[in-house]
Amino acid sequence: MPTSWILLILAALGIVAFYVSRARAIGSVDGDARRLHSLPIYYGLNGAMTALVPALLLLAVWLVVQPTLLDRSILSDLPDSAIPEGSTPGLVMGDVRRVADGVEQGFAFNQFGTRDLSSLNTEAVGEILSAGGTALGTPLTADVLSAAVDYWQARVVLSWIMAAAVIGIALIGTAWAIRKSQGEFRARNVVEKGVLILLMAAASIAILTTLGIVLSMLFETMNFFRQYSWTEFFFNLTWKPSFSGRGGASELGILPLLWGTLYISFIALIVAVPIGLFAAIYLSEYAGKRFRSIAKPLIEILAGIPTIVYGLFALVTVGPLLRDAFASPLGLGNSASSVMTAGLVMGIMLIPFVSSLSDDIINAVPQAMRDGSLGLGATQSETIRQVIVPAALPGIVGAVLLAASRAIGETMIVVLGAGAAARLDLNPFEAMTTVTVKIVSQLTGDTDFASPETLVAFALGLTLFVITLGLNVLALFIVRKYREQYE
Amino acid sequence: MTDVTAAGPTGAGKGSLLNQDDRTGKRNRAEGRFKMYGLIAVCIGIGMLVLLLISILSNGLSSFQQTTLRIQVDLPEDKLDKSGVRDPSVMSKVTTFGYAPLLRDGLVATLAANGIETELSDKDVAELISDESVAQLRNRVLANPDVIGTTIEVNALASGRIDGYYKDRVTMASAERDSNISPEQLQLADRLKEAGLLGTSFNWLFFTAPDASDTRPEAAGLGVAILGSLYMMLIVLVLALPIGVAASIYLEEFAPQNRWTDLIEVNISNLAAVPSIVFGILGLAIFINFAGLPQSAPIVGGLVLTLMTLPTIIIATRAALKAVPPSIRDAALGLGASKMQSVFHHVLPLAMPGILTGTIIGLAQALGETAPLLLIGMVAFVREYPDSPLDGGFFDPATALPVQIFNWTQRSDPAFVERASGAIIVLLLFLLVMNLTAIFLRRKFERRW
Amino acid sequence: MKDTNMTENAVTTDTPKITARGVQVYYGDTHAIKDVDVEIAANTVTAFIGPSGCGKSTFLRCINRMNDTIPIARVEGDIRIDGEDIYDKRVDPVQLRAKVGMVFQKPNPFPKSIYDNVAYGPRIHGLSKNKADLDEIVENALRRAALWDEAKDRLQQPGTGLSGGQQQRLCIARAVATAPEILLMDEPCSALDPIATAQVEELIDELRQNYSVVIVTHSMQQAARVSQKTAFFHLGHLVEYGETGKIFTSPEDPRTESYISGRIG
Repeated sequence: MPTSWILLILAALGIVAFYVSRARAIGSVDGDARRLHSLPIYYGLNGAMTALVPALLLLAVWLVVQPTLLDRSILSDLPDSAIPEGSTPGLVMGDVRRVADGVEQGFAFNQFGTRDLSSLNTEAVGEILSAGGTALGTPLTADVLSAAVDYWQARVVLSWIMAAAVIGIALIGTAWAIRKSQGEFRARNVVEKGVLILLMAAASIAILTTLGIVLSMLFETMNFFRQYSWTEFFFNLTWKPSFSGRGGASELGILPLLWGTLYISFIALIVAVPIGLFAAIYLSEYAGKRFRSIAKPLIEILAGIPTIVYGLFALVTVGPLLRDAFASPLGLGNSASSVMTAGLVMGIMLIPFVSSLSDDIINAVPQAMRDGSLGLGATQSETIRQVIVPAALPGIVGAVLLAASRAIGETMIVVLGAGAAARLDLNPFEAMTTVTVKIVSQLTGDTDFASPETLVAFALGLTLFVITLGLNVLALFIVRKYREQYE
Repeated sequence: MTDVTAAGPTGAGKGSLLNQDDRTGKRNRAEGRFKMYGLIAVCIGIGMLVLLLISILSNGLSSFQQTTLRIQVDLPEDKLDKSGVRDPSVMSKVTTFGYAPLLRDGLVATLAANGIETELSDKDVAELISDESVAQLRNRVLANPDVIGTTIEVNALASGRIDGYYKDRVTMASAERDSNISPEQLQLADRLKEAGLLGTSFNWLFFTAPDASDTRPEAAGLGVAILGSLYMMLIVLVLALPIGVAASIYLEEFAPQNRWTDLIEVNISNLAAVPSIVFGILGLAIFINFAGLPQSAPIVGGLVLTLMTLPTIIIATRAALKAVPPSIRDAALGLGASKMQSVFHHVLPLAMPGILTGTIIGLAQALGETAPLLLIGMVAFVREYPDSPLDGGFFDPATALPVQIFNWTQRSDPAFVERASGAIIVLLLFLLVMNLTAIFLRRKFERRW
Repeated sequence: MKDTNMTENAVTTDTPKITARGVQVYYGDTHAIKDVDVEIAANTVTAFIGPSGCGKSTFLRCINRMNDTIPIARVEGDIRIDGEDIYDKRVDPVQLRAKVGMVFQKPNPFPKSIYDNVAYGPRIHGLSKNKADLDEIVENALRRAALWDEAKDRLQQPGTGLSGGQQQRLCIARAVATAPEILLMDEPCSALDPIATAQVEELIDELRQNYSVVIVTHSMQQAARVSQKTAFFHLGHLVEYGETGKIFTSPEDPRTESYISGRIG
């Protein structure tokens, strides 16, 4: 039975449970709803909730668990010979699934001219599959075909068992809820408890997301380190993946990528921090109300522009400009994509980030500090430089760290502006590449999740995640401490 | 002590206030310089914004105009529908190779009819027309077989080089070096223009057409990308808004002070700062490799963007909930409402404008996000429109606006830079509308307690 | 040094240190100070009293032009120090504030060391020729603020680590270190406990030797204890001004009397 049918039946059951529970509750007090503990609707909601929640949970768990268990059981029945040289059980299992889909379709449209399973042969199925545009990893073998038939049949049987179990649970829940719907039953409390659990589950998605991020990268990174030595990854000075063969020839050292990342981030911060800080100081300490109300939103527009726009700006405008104005005349290279291009444009992107963070932080310095300094006859700039900025320093450091974390994790600007060549060089007009660029290039296009050239992206991603996470935690800690000081 | 009292006031304040002393003058000049640095910084920021916009506009505005040729084309029955039954399934056996000569002959005939002479071969003349026009002509005939046997007027797309010539991207000098176009062909185009057969018009196709191959920049459009982005925004809205609001209500109104709550809080603030590409890796590993969802599908993009947008929405929603004064809650509780009722009946409606504003801003962020979508395969070349969501369109391959822009930047023909810049203008317009809506909502419903 | 002191004293006995004529202050549309005339003598403590929001602090802030830092504030009228109009275009508020020091309601030491707090003013105004000079200025200021004995061993520790009363005395030391002629104090004891208040009040009395002190206070007892002259403000008007003893024993204006006997406040 298709899952959508099960869902429809569940919905119907839920509606029935709602109305019957409500009616029964009202009936139990002879139609005088005032004598109920809760409003009638809560009895109905309790009915629907009791009917649906356990059933839906079971359905969800079943749908997640069944494929894994089924795969395992089918694979264990498959003879070793069915897995050809150079392939993996996972790939073969993929074929089994595709063949099973083909067989199912073949029977559904009666394309085999027979309903007899035993008469199936590899040629007939192969034809159906290729006619349907399905490509298999390896030529179809009898082993795979029989496994596919087993798989298909098990799937059909299991789906019926699942439907029966889910609907059974829903029926039990409905009956239970209807039985409970009596006047003194505290339906509202139960419903509210249920809603609270729902709210809590929604809040916990944040934890699940982090967990998902860490686990997904951790597993593949471990796979990677099984094929490629971690010392090489962290300490090799060369990044040179081979595109043809697997492993062996590739040199996958992260250091040149990290160098490019840090170099570009450094230039970005050199641009963004002074400009952002001075802009924030000017806007919060000097600018008149009118000027501020125009200039501040204008600068903040820069923060709302997607990074792909900056990327194109780097590629089309800034890159060629820098090349023609500086790099070529000075003999520093003739590449439009360079550390300088990406760094400058990223710096522009970070200006509003630094300035609005600094603005908040500067405004958090109590007015009493300013008064104290001005009252002593300090000029405004002396007040800012010698009192406000030192007082705000921890906060500003936190803001800079957050900006650095942004810069390190930025992708589109470097993909379009920095170049693709991994290089350990000091010349800022040379094209270099970054961790994020390589994650993109290793994970787009043809990917083979068994080869170190693809898996290295997960190791790069994990490294990136750890670095940015460290910076963020540190920055948030500093900023929080700073705010507590003035609260 | 005697020494102290005897010392008395000394120093700075001596002399008349009306005369500025040297030191004060120096300090005031330093003050002026410092102020100037600040002003310069602000101006650099605004200047960069202006430069960025000018760069995008000057590169991209022309993509809203497209050069077309007005050609009379004969559609002979013997070439297009030998059977004569006008059945599209039979007629579709004639491929674009069958239509190309018709268009070429049509152009040559149109030239002759308008008294334009040229030394170019018919093949060179036909190069003025985009290859895409042939496919368009074929689609037009298949959609309406009755035109066969008649002569119709076709507004054919000019080839990318001709289009570029009228947008100052291609010049006579560059045509000399270009294997795809010759100066003679450009001169011919000029004469067609004089005769009123060639002109530019608003480029509707740019908004509706799907992407086109490397050699046909003139036909590339944003149709699939806009649809794909729209689908993803729908998914984000439908998932992130309820989940975000539910999470915020829990954290702001119900969560006890314990480790679990702390853990959630820390996670949310960190997720807001995790590089977007990491979410792409998550999507690839979990949604595609583990859960087996299809590549390039809006559903995967939508899920990834939902996870990215959640922290933004949660932070905004919590601020909105926090802004509702406790007295409102107390009033409801005092009437015997349960905590849950007070939140859902009173606090949430009052916080709604703030929540919507935050959601729109979160959506705007998601709309411009590129990097994670690259990893889940949305950079693929997709010419088929996804089905409607009711027919499982969320699972069909599609692209998204920012990814389409990236895609075009990777093409070699400079005409695609124009397309990419034009697409950015479209993207920025969408963002502008969304942000203005958010500002409008905030202004309209803002409440000061 | 002594000569200047002498001449200065000689001048101030004849003419008032601060003269205000027809002062009006507006905050946006609010008329905060209405037509105030007052003369403040040198080497006296003058107290401004009155109910909250009566404009006494606002008027105090006019004397060193701290109201300039509030964009919506507008000051009209004539305020002279030693006969010079401090709102004259040629007057630099920076120079003025060096001459007219200010101590605020809440102790506001900078997040720096005690030493740097006191040395801040002398440094920005360039009052010291060298380090030894600066050390001396800091020591004198701290002594004058009666903080030296408590602070001399911890000069390099942050000023924010001191107790409330010590912080306020640090702020006084900081103001004194720039060698002003006038000290403005805006409710300097309102954030302090009684013992600290007593110490600061004693200090104010000592400071009178060298400075004209103008103090805004909420506490009539404090005004009575420390001041020689008292001005009573009400709703932006200067209602009554005279010898402290007279104001508290036989006020002329009924409003003053009501306030002193606790009927308005």
